[in-house]
Amino acid sequence: MTEALAFPRHQEHPAPARPLLVATNVRKHYGGVEVLKGISLSVNAGEVMCLLGPSGSGKSTFLRCINHLERIDGGRISVGGELVGYAQRQDRIFEMNPREVAKQRSGIGMVFQRFNLFPHMTALENIWAAPVGVKKVPKQHAIKRGMELLDRVGLAHLAKAYPAQLSGGQQQRVAIARALAMDPQLLLFDEPTSALDPELVGDVLDVMRTLAADGMTMIVVTHEIGFARGAADSVVFMDGGVVVESGAPADVLDNPQNPRTIAFLESVM
Amino acid sequence: MLGISFAALASSLWANPNIDHRTISSYLFHPRILGGVGLTLMLTVVSMVVSTILGVLLAVMRLSKNPVMNAFAWFYVWVFRGTPLLIQVVFWGYLGLLYAQISLGVPFTDFTVFSVDTNTLVPAFTAGLLAMTLNQAAYSAEIIRGGMLSVDTGQHEAASSLGMSPAFTLFRVVLPQAMRVIIPPMGNETISMLKNTSLLSVIAVLELYTVATQISSQNLRQVELLVVVSCWYLFLTSVLSVPQYYLERHYGRGNARQQSPTPLGRIRAALRKTPIHAVSKGPQP
Ligand SMILES: Nc1ncnc2c1ncn2[C@@H]1O[C@H](COP(=O)(O)OP(=O)(O)OP(=O)(O)O)[C@@H](O)[C@H]1O
Ligand SMILES: [Mg+2]
Repeated sequence: MTEALAFPRHQEHPAPARPLLVATNVRKHYGGVEVLKGISLSVNAGEVMCLLGPSGSGKSTFLRCINHLERIDGGRISVGGELVGYAQRQDRIFEMNPREVAKQRSGIGMVFQRFNLFPHMTALENIWAAPVGVKKVPKQHAIKRGMELLDRVGLAHLAKAYPAQLSGGQQQRVAIARALAMDPQLLLFDEPTSALDPELVGDVLDVMRTLAADGMTMIVVTHEIGFARGAADSVVFMDGGVVVESGAPADVLDNPQNPRTIAFLESVM
Repeated sequence: MLGISFAALASSLWANPNIDHRTISSYLFHPRILGGVGLTLMLTVVSMVVSTILGVLLAVMRLSKNPVMNAFAWFYVWVFRGTPLLIQVVFWGYLGLLYAQISLGVPFTDFTVFSVDTNTLVPAFTAGLLAMTLNQAAYSAEIIRGGMLSVDTGQHEAASSLGMSPAFTLFRVVLPQAMRVIIPPMGNETISMLKNTSLLSVIAVLELYTVATQISSQNLRQVELLVVVSCWYLFLTSVLSVPQYYLERHYGRGNARQQSPTPLGRIRAALRKTPIHAVSKGPQP
């Protein structure tokens, strides 16, 4: 293990930011096509990382690898010091069984481009279903917490509405509340606003900014440069399955070095 | 056009002097007929319920990545859907003739732990129930599989990302959504099942049609008893479509922006709004 992978559990003094997510040389291919060609990056606890890149560059694939929705073909990903999808016993590494994977995933929330709310459940049911079903939280508590979360995303009055009765922006805010209900240590967003009408984007981004300010660790795939500039602690630009450029938003967004980054930023701004 | 010719046929049957209306009315609620009705309904409900459970199991196996399970489910559906139901009924009914005794013991020795007559193990009723259930499971499996495939993959991903186990995802996320697609064809299947139970007459299960043929072979009033039987099948078909309506509504929730009230709900709402004396002024049926 390299220095960067060590996860300091006991800190005597307020330490430099500790990495929550560490990806080392992550590779993934579909058939013969290599989609991720060795991605290495880390995200500190409490920080927001924005992932930019043209279509097909592998952003979604990388995000899905982080909660083991896709199995990686090389490298390693760890969240909170634990390998994702694999368990290390003595010197050997085993793939986790579905139950262990499920348990691990419950600590990593994900928000999708197409919301993916459960259409047969009300907004509130969408939020308490997993805490009650997976974490065995008493239903009364989960419902109370669900109402608090709905209030936090500004939708308490729509608790009884079904997803089909909500606007896209409202659905996405419910989806964020649903992910938060599992108390994840890391939240992944895959283009959370790109399926929304322009006038609804702001509400969702506001919720995400509040989360960032509250210290939630987030990885956000987005084309919203304004959001990245204002809310991100770091920005990573990916293209063709590799990290082309990364750093502080001011550096990457306002003073890009790589010609591919420059071309991409010109096209979206 | 169709209605007129149907009405003409019905009235000519009604007017036919060779048809004895008294026989019809006296047998409509005859205890033996009622017993047959009860057994038919029971066979239909039990085999639909059990075959649906088997169907879910087969559909899950067929969709699983495990090649053994997958092949088993495929083979099951191939066999039971590919052979006539009548043959399956006769097969289970006459299984007793193939193996007069099922015994548990040490092979090739005289030592047996127990042995039973297959005729007592598989009486006609059980054989009939088994035949209908196993056959229906093959059809239901395909309907349920289709329903499960109709659920968006995003739903699986959302469930997985929340840490839901595969089983939890199946019962709380996938099946409730699949139901919307599954229920209408399953309603059809229920009605087919109701009518197909008449095939059990070949192995002398005392369901509605068997009872009717037994009676008519004594009093030679075949047509009258067929009318009695048809009335009952029509009645049972109508009765069975009521739960379908409510199931469809239940699983359709969240899909329509607003659900229209049920007929009962409408009547209740109307009664609540209209003063009692105004009801009688309404158009008479
Ligand atoms: N299940 C799959 N099977 C085969 N190829 C896939 C699969 N999923 C993604 N790919 C391919 O992998 C590449 C990267 O896809 P990915 O969805 O990660 O890109 P992306 O950066 O998220 O793009 P976008 O901005 O359009 O969402 C694409 O070329 C895509 O065609
Ligand atoms: Mg994508």
